[in-house]
Amino acid sequence: MAKKVPGINTGSSADISFLLLTFFLLTSSINTEQGIPRRLPPPKEKDAKEQKVDINQRNVLNVLVNFQDQISVNGEQMDISMLKQTAMDFLENANNDPHKPEKKYVDIDNMGEYAVSQGVISLTNDQGTTYNMYVQVQNELQRAVNELRDKVSSNYFGKKYDNLDTALQKSIQKAVPMNISEAPPIDYGKTE
Amino acid sequence: MARFRKEEKKVTPDLNMGSMSDIIFMFLFFFMVITTMREATLKVKFQPPKATEIQKLEKKSLVANIYIGAPISKNENTLPPGKVSVQLNDQTIKAEELAADVRDFIGTEKESRSEEDKNKLTFSLKVDKDVQMRYVNTIKNELRQNNALKINYATGKKSEMNN
Repeated sequence: MAKKVPGINTGSSADISFLLLTFFLLTSSINTEQGIPRRLPPPKEKDAKEQKVDINQRNVLNVLVNFQDQISVNGEQMDISMLKQTAMDFLENANNDPHKPEKKYVDIDNMGEYAVSQGVISLTNDQGTTYNMYVQVQNELQRAVNELRDKVSSNYFGKKYDNLDTALQKSIQKAVPMNISEAPPIDYGKTE
Repeated sequence: MARFRKEEKKVTPDLNMGSMSDIIFMFLFFFMVITTMREATLKVKFQPPKATEIQKLEKKSLVANIYIGAPISKNENTLPPGKVSVQLNDQTIKAEELAADVRDFIGTEKESRSEEDKNKLTFSLKVDKDVQMRYVNTIKNELRQNNALKINYATGKKSEMNN
């Protein structure tokens, strides 16, 4: 007589499949929203006069992107691969170079007195610059700031910036601010 | 006993099909969820630029999308000189109504959120990578005039570059 094979109990298979379903629902990243977040400056008030902000020339790094997607930094043409390093050197000013940004001592929570760089990156685009280039430049500048933040963070707290608590992250943000100011675009290369 | 066993025919057990329906339902649900995610049909070509320093937007419900790119069909409204369209919700907008349309769009998006969420509302600019900055700047200007200051440049993820 043939041996009877006992049937597999399938009562729980429905539960298993539901478990899988919820697993996929929670973990699958369908078309997630990601990108580079930015804040626009508040709108100009109508009757406000043009405010002349006096910024010392040594505190400004002029980044210009033209309609052919070429970059110039403080008047010198530069490849995008160099931009991050230049921005980092500028913002950090490790050797207190008199041509690079001043530092101001600020009392920051959890960190004590810290010499905050006063550097501002001024970004000017041409109207004909492609969006891709614009994002690449923004990305490189963000990368420069992020690496500086990581550096400061591992000096002070022995951790990377991303792994810090929000309170400490706020302190680091004060120590290494992200100062990008966007100048009104120029229009050299006329419409395609 | 061993001799007997050799002569027995081995019976392969039938696969139990009872769970098949569950599995099929699982797929069904899965695809249902995927397909209902995108609420607006794209009318412009949109291929995001790639970047490394990206952040995820936390809440999808607090994001409003603005698409800018080359129109897919010829019948869409474009901005002069006719190569780029701006899409809000389900429609591409006309050049002469751009300012008003963007203002309305921001207004309705803000209104549909609760009071505390209004300030957290992010406008995600989904711009094709080949678009010239002039169109992006126009939209940015409108957003700024209407006090919608939190924006996001939608990008894809690029694998880590070596310095």
